[in-house]
Amino acid sequence: MLCDICGKKEATVHITEIIDNKMTELHLCEECARKKEASIEHPFSLADLLGGLTDIGTILEPAKMVQKKCPGCGLGYNDFKKIGRLGCDRCYETFKEALDPLLKRIHGSNRHLGKFPVSQPRKVKVKTKIEGLRARLERAIQVEKYEEAIKLRDQINALEKKKGYKR
Amino acid sequence: MKLDDLLYQDSEWLRGTGPQSEIAMSSRIRLARNMEGLPFSHWAGKNKEEEILSLIEPAIHSSDYLKNAVFLRLDELSGLDKQFLLERHLISHEHAEGKNHKAVVISDREIISIMINEEDHLRIQVLQSGFNLLEAWKLISKIDRELEKKLNFAFNSRWGYLTACPTNVGTGMRASVMLHLPALVMAKQIGKVLQALDKLSIAARGLYGEGTEASGNLFQFSNQITLGHSEEELLDNIERVVRQVVAHEDEARRVLMSRNQERISDRIWRSYGTLKSARLISSSETTVLLSMVRLGIDVGLLKTLNRAQVNRLFILSQPAHLQKIEKKTLTPMRRDVKRADLIRKELSEHIS
Repeated sequence: MLCDICGKKEATVHITEIIDNKMTELHLCEECARKKEASIEHPFSLADLLGGLTDIGTILEPAKMVQKKCPGCGLGYNDFKKIGRLGCDRCYETFKEALDPLLKRIHGSNRHLGKFPVSQPRKVKVKTKIEGLRARLERAIQVEKYEEAIKLRDQINALEKKKGYKR
Repeated sequence: MKLDDLLYQDSEWLRGTGPQSEIAMSSRIRLARNMEGLPFSHWAGKNKEEEILSLIEPAIHSSDYLKNAVFLRLDELSGLDKQFLLERHLISHEHAEGKNHKAVVISDREIISIMINEEDHLRIQVLQSGFNLLEAWKLISKIDRELEKKLNFAFNSRWGYLTACPTNVGTGMRASVMLHLPALVMAKQIGKVLQALDKLSIAARGLYGEGTEASGNLFQFSNQITLGHSEEELLDNIERVVRQVVAHEDEARRVLMSRNQERISDRIWRSYGTLKSARLISSSETTVLLSMVRLGIDVGLLKTLNRAQVNRLFILSQPAHLQKIEKKTLTPMRRDVKRADLIRKELSEHIS
Protein backbone atom coordinates (compact mmCIF):
# COMPACT_ATOMS: atom_id res chain seq x y z
CA MET A 1 0.00 0.00 0.00
CA LEU A 2 1.28 3.45 -0.94
CA CYS A 3 1.21 6.55 1.26
CA ASP A 4 -2.07 8.50 1.10
CA ILE A 5 -0.26 11.83 1.16
CA CYS A 6 2.77 11.53 -1.14
CA GLY A 7 1.58 8.46 -3.05
CA LYS A 8 5.20 7.44 -3.58
CA LYS A 9 6.54 5.58 -0.59
CA GLU A 10 5.22 2.45 1.08
CA ALA A 11 2.69 3.20 3.84
CA THR A 12 3.96 1.84 7.15
CA VAL A 13 2.03 3.99 9.61
CA HIS A 14 -1.72 3.71 9.97
CA ILE A 15 -3.72 6.32 11.75
CA THR A 16 -7.40 6.55 12.56
CA GLU A 17 -8.54 10.04 13.37
CA ILE A 18 -11.86 10.97 14.84
CA ILE A 19 -12.32 14.68 14.80
CA ASP A 20 -15.71 16.35 15.09
CA ASN A 21 -17.44 12.97 14.90
CA LYS A 22 -15.91 12.02 11.58
CA MET A 23 -13.65 9.02 11.35
CA THR A 24 -10.96 8.82 8.72
CA GLU A 25 -8.28 6.23 8.17
CA LEU A 26 -4.92 7.29 6.87
CA HIS A 27 -2.12 5.11 5.58
CA LEU A 28 1.12 7.02 5.52
CA CYS A 29 4.81 6.58 4.91
CA GLU A 30 7.07 7.39 7.85
CA GLU A 31 8.06 10.80 6.54
CA CYS A 32 4.53 12.00 5.89
CA ALA A 33 3.41 10.54 9.22
CA ARG A 34 5.95 12.68 11.01
CA LYS A 35 4.68 15.79 9.31
CA LYS A 36 1.17 14.70 10.17
CA GLU A 37 2.06 14.24 13.82
CA ALA A 38 2.40 17.97 14.30
CA SER A 39 -1.14 18.44 13.06
CA ILE A 40 -2.43 15.73 15.37
CA GLU A 41 -0.92 17.57 18.31
CA HIS A 42 -2.83 20.59 17.11
CA PRO A 43 -6.10 19.13 15.92
CA PHE A 44 -7.21 22.26 14.14
CA SER A 45 -5.95 23.06 10.74
CA LEU A 46 -4.42 26.39 11.52
CA ALA A 47 -3.93 27.24 7.90
CA ASP A 48 -7.67 26.88 7.36
CA LEU A 49 -8.49 28.96 10.37
CA LEU A 50 -6.04 31.64 9.41
CA GLY A 51 -7.30 31.61 5.87
CA GLY A 52 -10.85 31.93 7.15
CA LEU A 53 -9.89 34.99 9.11
CA THR A 54 -10.29 37.30 6.19
CA ASP A 55 -14.03 36.74 6.64
CA ILE A 56 -13.84 38.91 9.68
CA GLY A 57 -12.19 41.60 7.63
CA THR A 58 -13.94 44.50 9.28
CA ILE A 59 -12.26 43.82 12.60
CA LEU A 60 -8.96 42.95 11.07
CA GLU A 61 -8.05 45.67 8.64
CA PRO A 62 -5.94 43.07 6.83
CA ALA A 63 -3.74 45.49 4.92
CA LYS A 64 -2.54 47.11 8.11
CA MET A 65 -2.11 43.74 9.80
CA VAL A 66 0.01 42.32 7.00
CA GLN A 67 2.55 45.10 7.44
CA LYS A 68 2.85 44.55 11.16
CA LYS A 69 6.03 43.15 12.65
CA CYS A 70 6.45 42.22 16.28
CA PRO A 71 8.89 44.63 18.00
CA GLY A 72 9.83 41.83 20.40
CA CYS A 73 11.04 39.20 17.95
CA GLY A 74 10.64 40.54 14.40
CA LEU A 75 7.96 38.02 13.38
CA GLY A 76 5.68 39.45 10.70
CA TYR A 77 1.99 38.70 10.30
CA ASN A 78 2.73 36.75 7.13
CA ASP A 79 5.29 34.63 8.98
CA PHE A 80 2.59 33.77 11.48
CA LYS A 81 0.17 32.81 8.73
CA LYS A 82 2.82 30.66 7.12
CA ILE A 83 4.15 28.78 10.14
CA GLY A 84 1.05 28.96 12.33
CA ARG A 85 3.18 29.82 15.35
CA LEU A 86 3.86 33.10 17.11
CA GLY A 87 7.41 34.29 17.70
CA CYS A 88 7.34 35.48 21.32
CA ASP A 89 5.00 36.53 24.14
CA ARG A 90 4.81 40.10 22.79
CA CYS A 91 3.34 38.83 19.50
CA TYR A 92 0.04 38.36 21.34
CA GLU A 93 -0.23 42.15 21.87
CA THR A 94 1.17 42.95 18.44
CA PHE A 95 -1.37 40.83 16.58
CA LYS A 96 -4.15 41.24 19.12
CA GLU A 97 -6.81 42.29 16.59
CA ALA A 98 -6.22 39.17 14.51
CA LEU A 99 -5.71 36.81 17.43
CA ASP A 100 -8.80 37.66 19.43
CA PRO A 101 -11.27 36.42 16.80
CA LEU A 102 -8.95 33.51 15.93
CA LEU A 103 -8.84 32.34 19.55
CA LYS A 104 -12.59 32.62 19.72
CA ARG A 105 -12.86 30.33 16.71
CA ILE A 106 -10.39 27.80 18.01
CA HIS A 107 -11.44 27.68 21.65
CA GLY A 108 -14.93 29.16 21.62
CA SER A 109 -13.61 31.85 23.96
CA ASN A 110 -10.89 34.46 24.08
CA ARG A 111 -10.60 34.77 27.85
CA HIS A 112 -8.40 32.79 30.19
CA LEU A 113 -10.25 31.09 33.04
CA GLY A 114 -7.53 28.78 34.34
CA LYS A 115 -4.74 29.03 36.80
CA PHE A 116 -2.62 32.14 37.42
CA PRO A 117 1.01 32.41 38.41
CA VAL A 118 1.28 33.24 42.13
CA SER A 119 3.05 36.47 41.24
CA GLN A 120 -0.11 37.94 39.70
CA PRO A 121 -2.05 40.21 42.09
CA ARG A 122 -5.34 38.87 43.44
CA LYS A 123 -7.30 41.83 42.10
CA VAL A 124 -6.27 40.96 38.54
CA LYS A 125 -7.24 37.33 39.05
CA VAL A 126 -10.77 38.14 40.17
CA LYS A 127 -11.25 40.72 37.42
CA THR A 128 -10.06 38.24 34.78
CA LYS A 129 -12.25 35.51 36.16
CA ILE A 130 -15.32 37.73 36.00
CA GLU A 131 -14.49 38.74 32.41
CA GLY A 132 -13.97 35.12 31.47
CA LEU A 133 -17.25 34.05 33.00
CA ARG A 134 -19.04 36.92 31.25
CA ALA A 135 -17.70 35.73 27.89
CA ARG A 136 -18.93 32.22 28.70
CA LEU A 137 -22.33 33.61 29.76
CA GLU A 138 -22.66 35.48 26.48
CA ARG A 139 -21.92 32.31 24.56
CA ALA A 140 -24.25 30.19 26.66
CA ILE A 141 -27.09 32.59 25.88
CA GLN A 142 -26.17 32.56 22.18
CA VAL A 143 -26.40 28.79 22.00
CA GLU A 144 -29.49 28.78 24.23
CA LYS A 145 -27.92 26.83 27.10
CA TYR A 146 -29.98 28.66 29.69
CA GLU A 147 -29.33 26.34 32.59
CA GLU A 148 -25.60 26.89 32.19
CA ALA A 149 -26.23 30.63 31.76
CA ILE A 150 -28.02 30.83 35.12
CA LYS A 151 -25.14 29.02 36.83
CA LEU A 152 -22.62 31.36 35.23
CA ARG A 153 -24.66 34.44 36.17
CA ASP A 154 -24.74 33.30 39.80
CA GLN A 155 -21.00 32.70 39.79
CA ILE A 156 -20.39 36.17 38.41
CA ASN A 157 -22.69 37.77 40.97
CA ALA A 158 -20.99 35.92 43.81
CA LEU A 159 -17.54 37.05 42.65
CA GLU A 160 -18.66 40.64 42.23
CA LYS A 161 -20.20 40.74 45.68
CA LYS A 162 -17.03 39.38 47.21
CA LYS A 163 -15.05 42.06 45.50
CA GLY A 164 -17.44 44.88 46.32
CA TYR A 165 -17.75 45.44 42.59
CA LYS A 166 -20.62 47.38 41.09
CA ARG A 167 -21.86 46.69 37.57
CA MET B 1 20.35 7.80 36.54
CA LYS B 2 21.57 7.34 32.96
CA LEU B 3 19.68 6.95 29.69
CA ASP B 4 20.46 3.23 29.45
CA ASP B 5 18.97 2.64 32.90
CA LEU B 6 15.56 3.41 31.39
CA LEU B 7 15.72 0.27 29.26
CA TYR B 8 15.01 -2.21 32.04
CA GLN B 9 13.26 0.20 34.34
CA ASP B 10 9.55 -0.35 34.72
CA SER B 11 8.21 3.07 34.02
CA GLU B 12 5.02 4.29 35.65
CA TRP B 13 2.77 3.64 32.70
CA LEU B 14 3.94 0.03 32.40
CA ARG B 15 2.74 -0.79 35.88
CA GLY B 16 -0.67 -1.83 34.59
CA THR B 17 -2.35 -0.82 37.83
CA GLY B 18 -4.35 2.19 38.94
CA PRO B 19 -8.04 3.04 38.50
CA GLN B 20 -9.80 1.29 35.57
CA SER B 21 -6.49 -0.18 34.46
CA GLU B 22 -8.10 -3.04 32.50
CA ILE B 23 -9.15 -0.51 29.90
CA ALA B 24 -7.29 2.70 30.71
CA MET B 25 -3.56 2.14 30.15
CA SER B 26 -2.30 5.54 31.20
CA SER B 27 -3.21 9.15 31.85
CA ARG B 28 -0.97 12.02 30.97
CA ILE B 29 -1.03 15.78 31.29
CA ARG B 30 1.33 18.25 29.72
CA LEU B 31 1.72 21.95 30.29
CA ALA B 32 3.28 24.36 27.80
CA ARG B 33 5.22 27.19 29.44
CA ASN B 34 7.43 29.97 28.10
CA MET B 35 9.58 32.62 29.68
CA GLU B 36 8.74 36.27 29.41
CA GLY B 37 10.67 38.43 26.95
CA LEU B 38 12.42 35.62 25.07
CA PRO B 39 11.49 34.33 21.62
CA PHE B 40 9.62 31.00 21.57
CA SER B 41 12.02 28.13 20.89
CA HIS B 42 10.94 27.41 17.31
CA TRP B 43 11.69 31.07 16.43
CA ALA B 44 14.69 31.57 18.68
CA GLY B 45 17.74 30.52 16.66
CA LYS B 46 20.87 28.93 18.03
CA ASN B 47 22.17 31.58 20.42
CA LYS B 48 18.84 32.37 22.01
CA GLU B 49 18.06 28.67 22.38
CA GLU B 50 21.32 28.23 24.28
CA GLU B 51 20.37 31.19 26.49
CA ILE B 52 16.93 29.69 27.17
CA LEU B 53 18.48 26.33 28.02
CA SER B 54 21.01 27.93 30.34
CA LEU B 55 18.23 29.72 32.22
CA ILE B 56 16.09 26.61 32.57
CA GLU B 57 18.79 24.10 33.51
CA PRO B 58 19.55 25.49 37.02
CA ALA B 59 15.81 25.74 37.78
CA ILE B 60 15.46 22.06 36.90
CA HIS B 61 18.46 21.01 38.98
CA SER B 62 17.14 22.83 42.04
CA SER B 63 13.71 21.19 41.81
CA ASP B 64 12.65 18.90 44.65
CA TYR B 65 10.62 16.84 42.21
CA LEU B 66 13.52 16.21 39.84
CA LYS B 67 16.26 15.17 42.25
CA ASN B 68 17.11 11.86 40.59
CA ALA B 69 16.18 13.01 37.13
CA VAL B 70 18.42 12.58 34.13
CA PHE B 71 19.12 15.70 32.06
CA LEU B 72 19.93 14.90 28.43
CA ARG B 73 21.02 17.27 25.69
CA LEU B 74 19.64 15.94 22.42
CA ASP B 75 22.65 17.10 20.39
CA GLU B 76 24.74 14.67 22.43
CA LEU B 77 22.50 11.67 21.71
CA SER B 78 22.71 9.16 18.86
CA GLY B 79 19.83 8.68 16.44
CA LEU B 80 19.06 5.35 18.08
CA ASP B 81 18.85 6.92 21.54
CA LYS B 82 16.46 9.56 20.24
CA GLN B 83 14.30 6.89 18.62
CA PHE B 84 14.35 5.05 21.94
CA LEU B 85 13.05 8.12 23.80
CA LEU B 86 10.44 8.59 21.11
CA GLU B 87 9.19 5.03 21.51
CA ARG B 88 8.82 5.65 25.24
CA HIS B 89 6.75 8.82 24.58
CA LEU B 90 9.35 10.93 26.34
CA ILE B 91 10.04 13.21 23.38
CA SER B 92 8.09 14.18 20.24
CA HIS B 93 9.18 13.68 16.62
CA GLU B 94 9.65 17.41 16.33
CA HIS B 95 11.95 17.36 19.34
CA ALA B 96 13.91 14.36 18.11
CA GLU B 97 14.57 15.94 14.75
CA GLY B 98 15.18 19.49 15.89
CA LYS B 99 18.56 21.12 15.59
CA ASN B 100 20.40 23.30 18.12
CA HIS B 101 20.07 23.22 21.86
CA LYS B 102 17.27 20.95 22.89
CA ALA B 103 17.08 18.86 26.01
CA VAL B 104 14.87 16.46 27.87
CA VAL B 105 14.61 15.81 31.59
CA ILE B 106 13.31 12.46 32.77
CA SER B 107 12.43 11.68 36.37
CA ASP B 108 12.45 8.46 38.30
CA ARG B 109 10.05 5.90 36.75
CA GLU B 110 9.41 8.41 33.96
CA ILE B 111 6.51 9.97 35.87
CA ILE B 112 7.78 13.45 35.08
CA SER B 113 9.46 14.45 31.85
CA ILE B 114 10.22 17.89 30.50
CA MET B 115 11.10 18.79 26.93
CA ILE B 116 13.16 21.95 26.75
CA ASN B 117 13.15 23.99 23.55
CA GLU B 118 10.53 22.01 21.69
CA GLU B 119 8.32 24.68 20.10
CA ASP B 120 7.74 26.15 23.57
CA HIS B 121 10.51 26.71 26.11
CA LEU B 122 9.07 24.04 28.41
CA ARG B 123 6.75 21.13 27.84
CA ILE B 124 6.19 19.59 31.24
CA GLN B 125 4.60 16.14 31.24
CA VAL B 126 3.29 13.96 34.04
CA LEU B 127 2.26 10.37 33.52
CA GLN B 128 0.16 8.07 35.68
CA SER B 129 -0.78 4.46 35.26
CA GLY B 130 -4.51 3.79 34.73
CA PHE B 131 -7.26 6.39 34.64
CA ASN B 132 -5.84 8.94 37.01
CA LEU B 133 -5.89 12.46 35.64
CA LEU B 134 -6.50 13.94 39.06
CA GLU B 135 -3.22 12.64 40.49
CA ALA B 136 -1.39 13.76 37.37
CA TRP B 137 -2.91 17.22 37.70
CA LYS B 138 -2.00 17.56 41.38
CA LEU B 139 1.61 16.69 40.68
CA ILE B 140 2.08 18.78 37.54
CA SER B 141 0.47 21.75 39.24
CA LYS B 142 3.02 21.55 42.05
CA ILE B 143 5.92 21.29 39.60
CA ASP B 144 4.55 24.30 37.73
CA ARG B 145 4.35 26.29 41.00
CA GLU B 146 7.87 25.31 41.89
CA LEU B 147 9.34 26.24 38.52
CA GLU B 148 7.54 29.58 38.39
CA LYS B 149 9.46 30.67 41.48
CA LYS B 150 12.65 30.49 39.44
CA LEU B 151 11.40 31.26 35.96
CA ASN B 152 9.31 34.23 34.92
CA PHE B 153 6.58 32.63 32.81
CA ALA B 154 4.96 34.58 29.97
CA PHE B 155 1.42 35.23 31.13
CA ASN B 156 -1.29 37.69 30.23
CA SER B 157 -4.45 38.08 32.28
CA ARG B 158 -6.59 38.05 29.15
CA TRP B 159 -5.10 35.01 27.39
CA GLY B 160 -3.40 33.15 30.21
CA TYR B 161 -0.12 31.33 29.58
CA LEU B 162 1.24 32.43 26.22
CA THR B 163 2.39 29.68 23.88
CA ALA B 164 3.98 29.44 20.45
CA CYS B 165 0.84 27.95 18.94
CA PRO B 166 -2.49 29.67 19.58
CA THR B 167 -4.14 26.24 19.96
CA ASN B 168 -2.30 25.81 23.30
CA VAL B 169 -2.77 29.26 24.83
CA GLY B 170 -4.63 29.83 28.12
CA THR B 171 -4.09 26.86 30.38
CA GLY B 172 -1.40 25.47 28.06
CA MET B 173 -2.74 22.11 29.16
CA ARG B 174 -3.25 18.99 27.08
CA ALA B 175 -4.56 16.02 29.05
CA SER B 176 -4.99 12.59 27.55
CA VAL B 177 -6.02 9.09 28.47
CA MET B 178 -4.93 6.02 26.52
CA LEU B 179 -7.66 3.40 26.26
CA HIS B 180 -7.46 -0.21 25.11
CA LEU B 181 -10.74 -0.89 23.27
CA PRO B 182 -10.53 -4.32 21.58
CA ALA B 183 -14.17 -5.28 22.15
CA LEU B 184 -15.52 -2.07 20.65
CA VAL B 185 -13.24 -2.56 17.65
CA MET B 186 -14.16 -6.25 17.21
CA ALA B 187 -17.85 -5.49 17.53
CA LYS B 188 -17.31 -2.71 14.95
CA GLN B 189 -18.88 -0.24 17.36
CA ILE B 190 -15.91 2.01 17.85
CA GLY B 191 -16.94 4.53 15.19
CA LYS B 192 -20.48 4.63 16.46
CA VAL B 193 -19.48 5.05 20.07
CA LEU B 194 -17.15 7.88 19.28
CA GLN B 195 -19.70 9.51 17.04
CA ALA B 196 -22.39 9.11 19.66
CA LEU B 197 -20.39 11.14 22.11
CA ASP B 198 -21.63 14.66 22.31
CA LYS B 199 -19.59 17.36 20.70
CA LEU B 200 -17.51 17.79 23.77
CA SER B 201 -14.33 19.27 22.38
CA ILE B 202 -12.51 15.99 22.80
CA ALA B 203 -10.20 14.60 20.14
CA ALA B 204 -9.88 10.84 19.83
CA ARG B 205 -7.30 9.13 17.71
CA GLY B 206 -6.31 5.55 17.18
CA LEU B 207 -2.73 4.45 17.40
CA TYR B 208 -2.24 1.77 14.83
CA GLY B 209 1.10 0.03 14.91
CA GLU B 210 3.40 -0.02 11.92
CA GLY B 211 2.37 -2.35 9.13
CA THR B 212 -0.81 -2.87 7.20
CA GLU B 213 -4.03 -3.75 8.97
CA ALA B 214 -2.22 -3.63 12.26
CA SER B 215 -3.97 -2.41 15.29
CA GLY B 216 -3.20 -2.48 18.95
CA ASN B 217 -6.75 -1.26 19.59
CA LEU B 218 -5.25 1.68 21.44
CA PHE B 219 -6.99 5.04 21.38
CA GLN B 220 -5.98 8.31 22.89
CA PHE B 221 -8.55 10.82 24.10
CA SER B 222 -7.48 14.41 24.71
CA ASN B 223 -8.91 17.89 25.16
CA GLN B 224 -9.07 19.98 22.01
CA ILE B 225 -9.36 23.38 23.61
CA THR B 226 -7.16 25.03 26.21
CA LEU B 227 -8.68 28.49 26.67
CA GLY B 228 -11.90 29.77 28.28
CA HIS B 229 -12.23 27.01 30.87
CA SER B 230 -10.36 26.20 34.04
CA GLU B 231 -8.02 23.21 34.11
CA GLU B 232 -10.43 21.39 36.42
CA GLU B 233 -13.32 21.90 33.99
CA LEU B 234 -11.27 20.64 31.06
CA LEU B 235 -10.20 17.57 33.04
CA ASP B 236 -13.73 16.94 34.19
CA ASN B 237 -14.88 17.02 30.58
CA ILE B 238 -12.35 14.38 29.49
CA GLU B 239 -13.13 12.28 32.53
CA ARG B 240 -16.80 12.22 31.71
CA VAL B 241 -16.14 11.18 28.11
CA VAL B 242 -13.60 8.55 29.11
CA ARG B 243 -15.93 7.11 31.73
CA GLN B 244 -18.62 6.73 29.06
CA VAL B 245 -16.26 5.03 26.63
CA VAL B 246 -14.94 2.69 29.32
CA ALA B 247 -18.53 1.73 30.18
CA HIS B 248 -19.23 0.99 26.50
CA GLU B 249 -16.10 -1.15 26.24
CA ASP B 250 -17.07 -3.04 29.40
CA GLU B 251 -20.50 -3.69 27.96
CA ALA B 252 -19.07 -4.77 24.59
CA ARG B 253 -16.74 -7.25 26.34
CA ARG B 254 -19.62 -8.67 28.32
CA VAL B 255 -21.71 -9.13 25.16
CA LEU B 256 -18.80 -10.63 23.20
CA MET B 257 -17.97 -13.09 25.95
CA SER B 258 -21.58 -14.18 26.38
CA ARG B 259 -22.48 -14.48 22.67
CA ASN B 260 -19.17 -15.40 21.04
CA GLN B 261 -17.26 -16.91 23.88
CA GLU B 262 -15.72 -19.78 21.89
CA ARG B 263 -14.67 -17.59 19.02
CA ILE B 264 -13.12 -14.93 21.26
CA SER B 265 -11.33 -17.39 23.51
CA ASP B 266 -10.00 -19.18 20.41
CA ARG B 267 -8.60 -15.91 19.14
CA ILE B 268 -7.03 -15.10 22.48
CA TRP B 269 -5.41 -18.53 22.86
CA ARG B 270 -4.17 -18.53 19.26
CA SER B 271 -2.65 -15.09 19.76
CA TYR B 272 -0.90 -16.33 22.87
CA GLY B 273 0.21 -19.48 21.04
CA THR B 274 1.68 -17.51 18.14
CA LEU B 275 3.59 -15.19 20.45
CA LYS B 276 4.96 -18.18 22.36
CA SER B 277 6.13 -20.05 19.28
CA ALA B 278 6.98 -17.54 16.54
CA ARG B 279 10.57 -17.47 15.27
CA LEU B 280 10.06 -14.28 13.23
CA ILE B 281 7.60 -11.56 14.08
CA SER B 282 7.02 -7.99 12.90
CA SER B 283 6.16 -5.20 15.30
CA SER B 284 2.72 -4.78 13.72
CA GLU B 285 1.80 -8.42 14.23
CA THR B 286 3.15 -8.19 17.78
CA THR B 287 0.89 -5.25 18.56
CA VAL B 288 -2.21 -7.05 17.30
CA LEU B 289 -1.45 -10.25 19.21
CA LEU B 290 -0.47 -8.48 22.41
CA SER B 291 -3.75 -6.60 22.32
CA MET B 292 -5.62 -9.94 22.25
CA VAL B 293 -3.45 -11.35 25.04
CA ARG B 294 -4.16 -8.28 27.13
CA LEU B 295 -7.88 -8.86 26.59
CA GLY B 296 -7.34 -12.49 27.61
CA ILE B 297 -5.88 -11.36 30.94
CA ASP B 298 -8.73 -8.87 31.45
CA VAL B 299 -11.46 -11.45 30.91
CA GLY B 300 -9.70 -13.99 33.13
CA LEU B 301 -8.66 -16.49 30.44
CA LEU B 302 -4.89 -16.11 30.68
CA LYS B 303 -4.41 -16.51 34.38
CA THR B 304 -0.65 -16.98 34.48
CA LEU B 305 0.12 -13.60 32.90
CA ASN B 306 -0.33 -10.09 34.17
CA ARG B 307 -0.86 -6.77 32.45
CA ALA B 308 2.53 -5.35 33.41
CA GLN B 309 4.24 -8.15 31.41
CA VAL B 310 2.16 -7.41 28.34
CA ASN B 311 2.77 -3.68 28.70
CA ARG B 312 6.49 -4.40 28.97
CA LEU B 313 6.40 -6.40 25.73
CA PHE B 314 4.46 -3.63 23.99
CA ILE B 315 7.36 -1.32 24.68
CA LEU B 316 10.40 -3.64 24.51
CA SER B 317 9.37 -5.09 21.14
CA GLN B 318 9.71 -1.72 19.40
CA PRO B 319 12.62 -1.32 16.95
CA ALA B 320 14.88 1.02 18.94
CA HIS B 321 14.29 -0.91 22.15
CA LEU B 322 15.36 -4.17 20.52
CA GLN B 323 18.50 -2.53 19.23
CA LYS B 324 19.30 -1.06 22.63
CA ILE B 325 18.90 -4.50 24.19
CA GLU B 326 21.21 -6.02 21.56
CA LYS B 327 23.55 -3.01 21.81
CA LYS B 328 23.87 -2.76 18.03
CA THR B 329 21.88 -1.71 14.96
CA LEU B 330 19.83 -4.49 13.41
CA THR B 331 18.27 -4.91 9.98
CA PRO B 332 14.46 -5.24 9.98
CA MET B 333 14.87 -9.00 9.40
CA ARG B 334 17.22 -9.42 12.38
CA ARG B 335 14.85 -7.32 14.47
CA ASP B 336 11.98 -9.68 13.66
CA VAL B 337 14.11 -12.61 14.82
CA LYS B 338 15.24 -10.86 18.00
CA ARG B 339 11.69 -9.70 18.71
CA ALA B 340 10.38 -13.26 18.48
CA ASP B 341 13.21 -14.44 20.79
CA LEU B 342 12.46 -11.76 23.33
CA ILE B 343 8.73 -12.47 23.39
CA ARG B 344 9.22 -16.24 23.70
CA LYS B 345 11.66 -15.72 26.54
CA GLU B 346 9.45 -13.24 28.42
CA LEU B 347 6.36 -15.43 28.06
CA SER B 348 8.05 -18.70 29.00
CA GLU B 349 9.60 -17.14 32.11
CA HIS B 350 6.18 -16.30 33.36
CA ILE B 351 4.49 -19.63 33.09
CA SER B 352 3.69 -20.78 36.58
